Amino acid sequence: MTETPGQTVGPFFHHALAYPGDSELVPFGSAGSVVLHGYVYDGAGNAVPDAMIEIRQADASGVVPAVGGSLRRGGAAFTGWGRSCTDAAGHYWFSTVEPGLPFFAVTVFARGLLDRLFTRIYLPGAANAVDGLVAAREADGRLRFDIHLQGPSETVFLKFPRT
Amino acid sequence: MVDGNRGTSLAFDRVTISQHEISDEIAKIQADSPKGAPLLDFPPYRSSLLRHPTKELQFVDPEGAELLAPVFGHSDVAPIEADLTIQRGGEPIGERIRVHGRVLDGDGRPVRRQLVEIWQANAAGRYTHQGDQHPAPLDPHFTGVGRCLTDDDGWYSFTSIKPGPYPWRNHHNAWRPAHIHFSLFGTDFTQRLITQMYFPGDQLLALDPIAQSITDPAALSRLIATYDHEQSEHEWLLGYRWDIVLTGSHATYLEPSDD
Repeated sequence: MTETPGQTVGPFFHHALAYPGDSELVPFGSAGSVVLHGYVYDGAGNAVPDAMIEIRQADASGVVPAVGGSLRRGGAAFTGWGRSCTDAAGHYWFSTVEPGLPFFAVTVFARGLLDRLFTRIYLPGAANAVDGLVAAREADGRLRFDIHLQGPSETVFLKFPRT
Repeated sequence: MVDGNRGTSLAFDRVTISQHEISDEIAKIQADSPKGAPLLDFPPYRSSLLRHPTKELQFVDPEGAELLAPVFGHSDVAPIEADLTIQRGGEPIGERIRVHGRVLDGDGRPVRRQLVEIWQANAAGRYTHQGDQHPAPLDPHFTGVGRCLTDDDGWYSFTSIKPGPYPWRNHHNAWRPAHIHFSLFGTDFTQRLITQMYFPGDQLLALDPIAQSITDPAALSRLIATYDHEQSEHEWLLGYRWDIVLTGSHATYLEPSDD
Protein backbone atom coordinates (compact mmCIF):
# COMPACT_ATOMS: atom_id res chain seq x y z
CA MET A 1 0.00 0.00 0.00
CA THR A 2 1.13 3.56 -0.61
CA GLU A 3 1.94 5.45 2.52
CA THR A 4 0.33 8.66 3.69
CA PRO A 5 2.78 11.56 3.34
CA GLY A 6 4.03 13.50 6.35
CA GLN A 7 3.67 17.22 7.02
CA THR A 8 5.41 19.63 9.37
CA VAL A 9 4.45 19.54 13.03
CA GLY A 10 3.97 23.32 12.69
CA PRO A 11 4.34 25.92 15.46
CA PHE A 12 1.32 25.11 17.61
CA PHE A 13 1.90 21.56 18.86
CA HIS A 14 2.94 22.19 22.47
CA HIS A 15 -0.52 22.26 24.03
CA ALA A 16 -1.29 18.92 22.38
CA LEU A 17 1.92 16.93 22.49
CA ALA A 18 3.76 18.13 25.61
CA TYR A 19 2.56 16.68 28.91
CA PRO A 20 3.82 16.48 32.51
CA GLY A 21 6.65 13.99 32.77
CA ASP A 22 7.02 13.61 29.00
CA SER A 23 10.82 13.79 29.13
CA GLU A 24 11.28 11.89 32.41
CA LEU A 25 11.51 8.20 31.51
CA VAL A 26 12.70 7.91 35.09
CA PRO A 27 12.32 10.66 37.72
CA PHE A 28 14.93 13.40 37.42
CA GLY A 29 17.73 12.81 39.91
CA SER A 30 16.65 9.28 40.82
CA ALA A 31 19.25 6.60 41.56
CA GLY A 32 20.85 5.26 38.39
CA SER A 33 19.40 7.99 36.19
CA VAL A 34 21.28 9.95 33.57
CA VAL A 35 20.40 13.16 31.75
CA LEU A 36 20.57 13.09 27.95
CA HIS A 37 20.39 16.63 26.59
CA GLY A 38 21.44 19.01 23.86
CA TYR A 39 20.47 21.91 21.63
CA VAL A 40 18.76 21.98 18.25
CA TYR A 41 20.18 24.44 15.69
CA ASP A 42 19.22 25.61 12.23
CA GLY A 43 21.55 26.15 9.26
CA ALA A 44 22.53 29.62 10.49
CA GLY A 45 23.48 28.26 13.90
CA ASN A 46 20.41 29.74 15.57
CA ALA A 47 18.49 27.82 18.21
CA VAL A 48 15.30 26.07 17.08
CA PRO A 49 12.77 26.87 19.84
CA ASP A 50 9.92 24.91 18.26
CA ALA A 51 11.38 21.45 17.74
CA MET A 52 10.31 18.22 19.38
CA ILE A 53 12.60 15.25 20.03
CA GLU A 54 11.41 11.72 20.80
CA ILE A 55 13.59 8.85 21.98
CA ARG A 56 13.05 5.09 22.12
CA GLN A 57 15.47 2.86 23.99
CA ALA A 58 16.19 -0.38 25.79
CA ASP A 59 16.32 -0.55 29.57
CA ALA A 60 19.65 -0.95 31.38
CA SER A 61 19.62 -4.72 30.80
CA GLY A 62 19.11 -4.35 27.03
CA VAL A 63 15.39 -5.18 26.89
CA VAL A 64 13.18 -2.84 24.83
CA PRO A 65 10.05 -2.51 26.97
CA ALA A 66 6.62 -3.10 25.45
CA VAL A 67 4.53 -1.67 28.28
CA GLY A 68 2.11 1.26 28.40
CA GLY A 69 2.21 4.18 30.77
CA SER A 70 4.34 6.77 28.96
CA LEU A 71 1.60 9.42 29.03
CA ARG A 72 0.79 9.00 32.74
CA ARG A 73 3.98 7.90 34.32
CA GLY A 74 3.00 7.91 37.98
CA GLY A 75 4.25 4.62 39.35
CA ALA A 76 4.50 3.07 35.91
CA ALA A 77 7.21 0.70 34.79
CA PHE A 78 10.03 1.94 32.58
CA THR A 79 8.48 2.37 29.11
CA GLY A 80 11.59 3.20 27.09
CA TRP A 81 9.97 6.13 25.29
CA GLY A 82 9.93 9.87 25.89
CA ARG A 83 9.32 13.24 24.28
CA SER A 84 10.95 16.64 24.83
CA CYS A 85 9.90 19.94 23.24
CA THR A 86 12.77 22.42 22.89
CA ASP A 87 12.66 25.59 25.00
CA ALA A 88 13.37 29.15 23.83
CA ALA A 89 17.11 28.34 23.75
CA GLY A 90 16.55 25.25 21.59
CA HIS A 91 17.33 22.96 24.53
CA TYR A 92 15.89 19.47 24.94
CA TRP A 93 16.53 17.02 27.78
CA PHE A 94 15.55 13.59 29.04
CA SER A 95 15.98 11.96 32.41
CA THR A 96 16.50 8.28 31.67
CA VAL A 97 18.81 5.31 32.14
CA GLU A 98 21.72 4.32 29.92
CA PRO A 99 20.35 1.67 27.59
CA GLY A 100 21.84 -1.82 27.56
CA LEU A 101 21.86 -1.56 23.74
CA PRO A 102 24.33 0.89 22.22
CA PHE A 103 22.08 3.75 21.09
CA PHE A 104 18.96 5.81 21.67
CA ALA A 105 16.68 5.80 18.59
CA VAL A 106 15.67 9.41 17.88
CA THR A 107 12.97 11.20 15.88
CA VAL A 108 13.16 14.95 15.18
CA PHE A 109 10.21 17.24 14.39
CA ALA A 110 10.14 21.04 14.00
CA ARG A 111 8.26 23.91 12.51
CA GLY A 112 9.87 24.47 9.12
CA LEU A 113 10.82 20.79 8.84
CA LEU A 114 8.35 19.26 6.40
CA ASP A 115 8.76 15.64 7.52
CA ARG A 116 10.26 13.86 10.52
CA LEU A 117 13.92 12.92 10.60
CA PHE A 118 15.45 9.87 12.23
CA THR A 119 18.85 9.65 13.86
CA ARG A 120 20.62 7.75 16.66
CA ILE A 121 22.52 8.84 19.73
CA TYR A 122 25.19 6.29 20.67
CA LEU A 123 26.63 5.95 24.14
CA PRO A 124 30.24 7.08 24.48
CA GLY A 125 32.58 4.20 23.61
CA ALA A 126 29.95 2.19 21.74
CA ALA A 127 31.40 -0.24 19.23
CA ASN A 128 30.36 0.15 15.58
CA ALA A 129 28.74 3.56 16.15
CA VAL A 130 27.69 5.54 13.07
CA ASP A 131 30.28 8.32 12.65
CA GLY A 132 29.20 11.58 14.24
CA LEU A 133 26.35 10.11 16.27
CA VAL A 134 28.12 9.55 19.61
CA ALA A 135 27.08 11.52 22.70
CA ALA A 136 29.74 13.34 24.72
CA ARG A 137 30.10 12.65 28.44
CA GLU A 138 30.12 15.96 30.30
CA ALA A 139 32.07 16.55 33.51
CA ASP A 140 28.89 16.24 35.60
CA GLY A 141 28.01 12.90 34.00
CA ARG A 142 25.30 14.13 31.64
CA LEU A 143 25.22 12.92 28.04
CA ARG A 144 25.32 15.73 25.48
CA PHE A 145 24.20 15.54 21.86
CA ASP A 146 23.41 18.61 19.75
CA ILE A 147 21.27 18.35 16.63
CA HIS A 148 22.09 20.53 13.61
CA LEU A 149 19.32 20.48 11.02
CA GLN A 150 21.67 22.02 8.45
CA GLY A 151 25.11 23.59 8.09
CA PRO A 152 28.75 22.58 8.50
CA SER A 153 27.96 20.45 11.55
CA GLU A 154 24.80 18.96 10.05
CA THR A 155 23.70 15.87 11.96
CA VAL A 156 23.73 12.53 10.16
CA PHE A 157 20.08 11.62 9.59
CA LEU A 158 19.03 8.09 8.75
CA LYS A 159 16.74 6.17 6.46
CA PHE A 160 15.67 2.57 6.74
CA PRO A 161 14.82 -0.04 4.08
CA ARG A 162 11.10 0.67 4.38
CA THR A 163 11.02 4.41 5.08
CA MET B 1 6.67 34.31 21.15
CA VAL B 2 9.78 34.90 19.08
CA ASP B 3 8.99 32.53 16.31
CA GLY B 4 5.35 31.57 16.15
CA ASN B 5 5.37 32.19 12.41
CA ARG B 6 2.82 34.95 12.65
CA GLY B 7 4.46 37.84 14.39
CA THR B 8 8.15 37.72 13.82
CA SER B 9 10.50 40.42 12.60
CA LEU B 10 11.92 37.86 10.21
CA ALA B 11 8.47 37.31 8.85
CA PHE B 12 8.04 41.04 8.36
CA ASP B 13 10.11 40.96 5.15
CA ARG B 14 8.07 38.11 3.81
CA VAL B 15 4.75 39.89 3.74
CA THR B 16 5.77 41.81 0.63
CA ILE B 17 5.98 38.56 -1.37
CA SER B 18 2.73 37.92 -3.20
CA GLN B 19 0.75 34.71 -3.50
CA HIS B 20 1.40 34.94 -7.23
CA GLU B 21 5.16 34.79 -6.68
CA ILE B 22 4.84 31.90 -4.24
CA SER B 23 2.55 30.00 -6.64
CA ASP B 24 5.07 30.55 -9.45
CA GLU B 25 7.86 29.12 -7.29
CA ILE B 26 5.69 26.10 -6.46
CA ALA B 27 4.81 25.51 -10.14
CA LYS B 28 8.48 25.59 -11.19
CA ILE B 29 9.44 22.98 -8.58
CA GLN B 30 6.45 20.80 -9.39
CA ALA B 31 7.35 20.79 -13.10
CA ASP B 32 10.25 18.51 -12.09
CA SER B 33 9.62 14.91 -11.14
CA PRO B 34 6.70 14.76 -8.70
CA LYS B 35 7.46 13.21 -5.30
CA GLY B 36 5.10 11.46 -2.95
CA ALA B 37 6.91 12.52 0.21
CA PRO B 38 7.14 16.22 1.05
CA LEU B 39 10.33 17.86 -0.25
CA LEU B 40 12.33 18.89 2.81
CA ASP B 41 14.05 21.55 0.71
CA PHE B 42 11.01 23.54 -0.41
CA PRO B 43 11.76 27.28 -0.56
CA PRO B 44 8.13 28.43 -1.09
CA TYR B 45 7.69 27.40 2.58
CA ARG B 46 10.11 30.02 3.86
CA SER B 47 10.56 28.47 7.30
CA SER B 48 12.10 25.39 5.66
CA LEU B 49 15.10 27.31 4.23
CA LEU B 50 17.42 26.82 7.20
CA ARG B 51 15.71 23.76 8.64
CA HIS B 52 16.24 21.02 6.05
CA PRO B 53 19.29 18.76 5.87
CA THR B 54 21.41 19.14 2.74
CA LYS B 55 23.25 15.80 2.97
CA GLU B 56 21.79 12.51 1.82
CA LEU B 57 20.10 10.49 4.51
CA GLN B 58 22.38 7.63 5.57
CA PHE B 59 20.99 4.18 4.97
CA VAL B 60 20.99 1.79 7.94
CA ASP B 61 19.22 -1.41 8.87
CA PRO B 62 16.95 -0.92 11.88
CA GLU B 63 18.15 -2.51 15.11
CA GLY B 64 17.09 -2.86 18.70
CA ALA B 65 14.77 -0.10 19.84
CA GLU B 66 14.06 0.89 16.24
CA LEU B 67 12.16 -2.35 15.70
CA LEU B 68 9.59 -1.72 18.41
CA ALA B 69 7.27 1.29 18.69
CA PRO B 70 6.27 2.54 22.12
CA VAL B 71 3.18 0.86 23.54
CA PHE B 72 0.19 2.81 24.90
CA GLY B 73 -2.82 1.50 26.74
CA HIS B 74 -5.97 2.43 28.60
CA SER B 75 -3.90 3.82 31.46
CA ASP B 76 -2.59 6.41 29.01
CA VAL B 77 -5.78 7.57 27.29
CA ALA B 78 -9.31 8.03 28.60
CA PRO B 79 -12.17 7.46 26.11
CA ILE B 80 -13.45 11.00 26.77
CA GLU B 81 -10.31 12.44 25.17
CA ALA B 82 -11.64 11.46 21.73
CA ASP B 83 -14.50 13.97 22.02
CA LEU B 84 -13.22 17.54 21.63
CA THR B 85 -16.71 18.98 22.07
CA ILE B 86 -17.19 18.06 25.73
CA GLN B 87 -13.90 18.98 27.34
CA ARG B 88 -14.62 22.39 28.80
CA GLY B 89 -18.06 22.25 30.38
CA GLY B 90 -19.91 23.78 27.44
CA GLU B 91 -20.54 23.49 23.72
CA PRO B 92 -17.82 24.86 21.45
CA ILE B 93 -19.03 27.04 18.58
CA GLY B 94 -18.80 25.74 15.03
CA GLU B 95 -19.73 22.95 12.67
CA ARG B 96 -19.77 19.68 14.65
CA ILE B 97 -17.94 16.87 12.84
CA ARG B 98 -16.77 13.31 13.29
CA VAL B 99 -13.50 12.24 11.69
CA HIS B 100 -12.93 8.51 11.56
CA GLY B 101 -10.85 6.02 9.65
CA ARG B 102 -8.32 3.26 9.89
CA VAL B 103 -4.61 3.22 10.60
CA LEU B 104 -2.89 0.58 8.46
CA ASP B 105 0.72 -0.36 7.96
CA GLY B 106 2.40 -0.50 4.56
CA ASP B 107 1.35 -4.12 4.15
CA GLY B 108 -2.30 -3.31 4.77
CA ARG B 109 -2.47 -4.67 8.29
CA PRO B 110 -4.42 -2.70 10.90
CA VAL B 111 -2.35 -0.93 13.54
CA ARG B 112 -4.09 -2.13 16.69
CA ARG B 113 -4.44 -0.41 20.05
CA GLN B 114 -2.05 2.35 19.15
CA LEU B 115 -2.03 6.04 20.10
CA VAL B 116 -3.48 8.72 17.80
CA GLU B 117 -3.03 12.36 18.87
CA ILE B 118 -4.68 15.34 17.15
CA TRP B 119 -4.64 19.12 17.47
CA GLN B 120 -6.38 21.84 15.53
CA ALA B 121 -7.56 25.45 15.43
CA ASN B 122 -11.08 26.35 16.54
CA ALA B 123 -13.92 27.27 14.17
CA ALA B 124 -12.53 30.82 13.88
CA GLY B 125 -9.07 29.59 12.92
CA ARG B 126 -7.36 30.24 16.27
CA TYR B 127 -5.26 27.80 18.30
CA THR B 128 -5.29 27.57 22.07
CA HIS B 129 -1.56 28.31 22.06
CA GLN B 130 0.31 31.33 23.38
CA GLY B 131 2.18 31.66 20.12
CA ASP B 132 -1.04 32.19 18.18
CA GLN B 133 -1.93 35.87 18.45
CA HIS B 134 -4.01 36.28 15.33
CA PRO B 135 -7.05 38.45 16.03
CA ALA B 136 -9.74 35.78 15.95
CA PRO B 137 -11.69 34.73 19.05
CA LEU B 138 -10.62 31.95 21.36
CA ASP B 139 -13.41 29.57 22.28
CA PRO B 140 -13.52 28.99 26.05
CA HIS B 141 -15.15 25.61 25.41
CA PHE B 142 -12.57 24.29 22.96
CA THR B 143 -8.96 23.22 23.42
CA GLY B 144 -8.56 21.60 20.00
CA VAL B 145 -6.63 18.69 21.51
CA GLY B 146 -7.64 15.01 21.38
CA ARG B 147 -6.26 11.50 21.81
CA CYS B 148 -7.52 8.01 21.28
CA LEU B 149 -6.36 4.44 20.85
CA THR B 150 -7.15 2.54 17.66
CA ASP B 151 -9.35 -0.52 18.13
CA ASP B 152 -8.53 -4.11 17.18
CA ASP B 153 -9.21 -3.37 13.50
CA GLY B 154 -7.17 -0.17 13.46
CA TRP B 155 -10.17 2.20 13.61
CA TYR B 156 -9.97 5.61 15.26
CA SER B 157 -12.77 8.17 15.71
CA PHE B 158 -12.84 11.77 16.96
CA THR B 159 -15.78 14.10 17.50
CA SER B 160 -14.81 17.73 17.02
CA ILE B 161 -15.56 21.10 15.42
CA LYS B 162 -14.50 21.86 11.87
CA PRO B 163 -11.36 24.01 12.13
CA GLY B 164 -11.25 27.36 10.35
CA PRO B 165 -8.54 28.43 7.90
CA TYR B 166 -6.12 30.98 9.30
CA PRO B 167 -3.62 33.58 8.11
CA TRP B 168 0.13 33.21 8.53
CA ARG B 169 3.14 35.23 7.49
CA ASN B 170 4.82 33.07 4.90
CA HIS B 171 3.92 35.74 2.33
CA HIS B 172 1.34 38.47 1.79
CA ASN B 173 -2.25 37.29 2.26
CA ALA B 174 -1.14 33.72 3.06
CA TRP B 175 -3.84 31.41 4.47
CA ARG B 176 -3.52 27.85 5.68
CA PRO B 177 -6.29 25.55 4.45
CA ALA B 178 -8.43 24.12 7.25
CA HIS B 179 -6.60 21.13 8.72
CA ILE B 180 -6.27 18.78 11.67
CA HIS B 181 -2.79 17.74 12.79
CA PHE B 182 -2.40 13.97 13.35
CA SER B 183 0.39 12.19 15.23
CA LEU B 184 0.67 8.43 14.66
CA PHE B 185 2.70 5.43 15.72
CA GLY B 186 2.98 2.02 14.13
CA THR B 187 4.44 -1.19 15.48
CA ASP B 188 8.05 -0.23 14.58
CA PHE B 189 9.67 2.96 15.83
CA THR B 190 10.54 3.70 12.16
CA GLN B 191 6.85 4.03 11.25
CA ARG B 192 6.41 7.27 13.20
CA LEU B 193 4.33 9.83 11.31
CA ILE B 194 3.11 13.37 11.97
CA THR B 195 0.94 14.84 9.23
CA GLN B 196 -2.09 17.03 8.53
CA MET B 197 -5.56 16.06 7.34
CA TYR B 198 -7.32 18.44 4.96
CA PHE B 199 -10.99 18.81 3.97
CA PRO B 200 -12.44 18.11 0.51
CA GLY B 201 -13.03 21.05 -1.81
CA ASP B 202 -10.78 23.50 0.03
CA GLN B 203 -9.68 26.16 -2.49
CA LEU B 204 -6.73 27.13 -0.29
CA LEU B 205 -4.96 23.78 -0.77
CA ALA B 206 -3.62 24.71 -4.21
CA LEU B 207 -2.13 27.92 -2.78
CA ASP B 208 -0.55 26.42 0.33
CA PRO B 209 3.21 25.84 0.27
CA ILE B 210 3.06 23.32 3.11
CA ALA B 211 0.54 21.06 1.33
CA GLN B 212 2.17 21.66 -2.06
CA SER B 213 5.55 20.47 -0.74
CA ILE B 214 4.06 17.08 -1.64
CA THR B 215 4.61 17.60 -5.34
CA ASP B 216 2.70 14.54 -6.58
CA PRO B 217 -1.03 15.43 -6.64
CA ALA B 218 -2.02 11.78 -6.10
CA ALA B 219 0.07 11.69 -2.92
CA LEU B 220 -1.36 14.98 -1.68
CA SER B 221 -4.87 13.61 -2.26
CA ARG B 222 -4.09 11.00 0.40
CA LEU B 223 -4.16 13.81 2.98
CA ILE B 224 -7.69 14.89 2.03
CA ALA B 225 -10.61 13.34 3.89
CA THR B 226 -13.80 12.36 2.09
CA TYR B 227 -17.26 13.39 3.19
CA ASP B 228 -18.93 10.31 4.70
CA HIS B 229 -22.70 10.60 4.83
CA GLU B 230 -23.02 7.25 6.59
CA GLN B 231 -21.20 8.78 9.54
CA SER B 232 -23.24 11.98 9.55
CA GLU B 233 -25.91 11.99 12.24
CA HIS B 234 -29.41 13.36 11.89
CA GLU B 235 -29.62 16.88 13.32
CA TRP B 236 -26.24 16.43 14.99
CA LEU B 237 -22.98 16.26 12.99
CA LEU B 238 -21.24 15.72 9.64
CA GLY B 239 -18.98 12.72 9.06
CA TYR B 240 -15.59 12.53 7.39
CA ARG B 241 -13.52 9.46 6.58
CA TRP B 242 -9.72 9.50 6.47
CA ASP B 243 -7.53 6.40 6.37
CA ILE B 244 -3.83 6.56 7.17
CA VAL B 245 -1.18 4.21 5.80
CA LEU B 246 2.15 4.08 7.61
CA THR B 247 5.37 2.71 6.14
CA GLY B 248 5.96 -1.03 6.29
CA SER B 249 7.07 -2.82 9.40
CA HIS B 250 10.62 -4.19 9.36
CA ALA B 251 9.97 -6.69 12.10
CA THR B 252 7.86 -8.91 9.84
CA TYR B 253 9.49 -8.01 6.55
CA LEU B 254 11.51 -10.43 4.43
CA GLU B 255 13.87 -8.72 2.03
CA PRO B 256 13.05 -9.52 -1.59
CA SER B 257 15.59 -12.10 -2.79
CA ASP B 258 16.96 -12.58 -6.29
CA ASP B 259 16.02 -16.21 -6.65
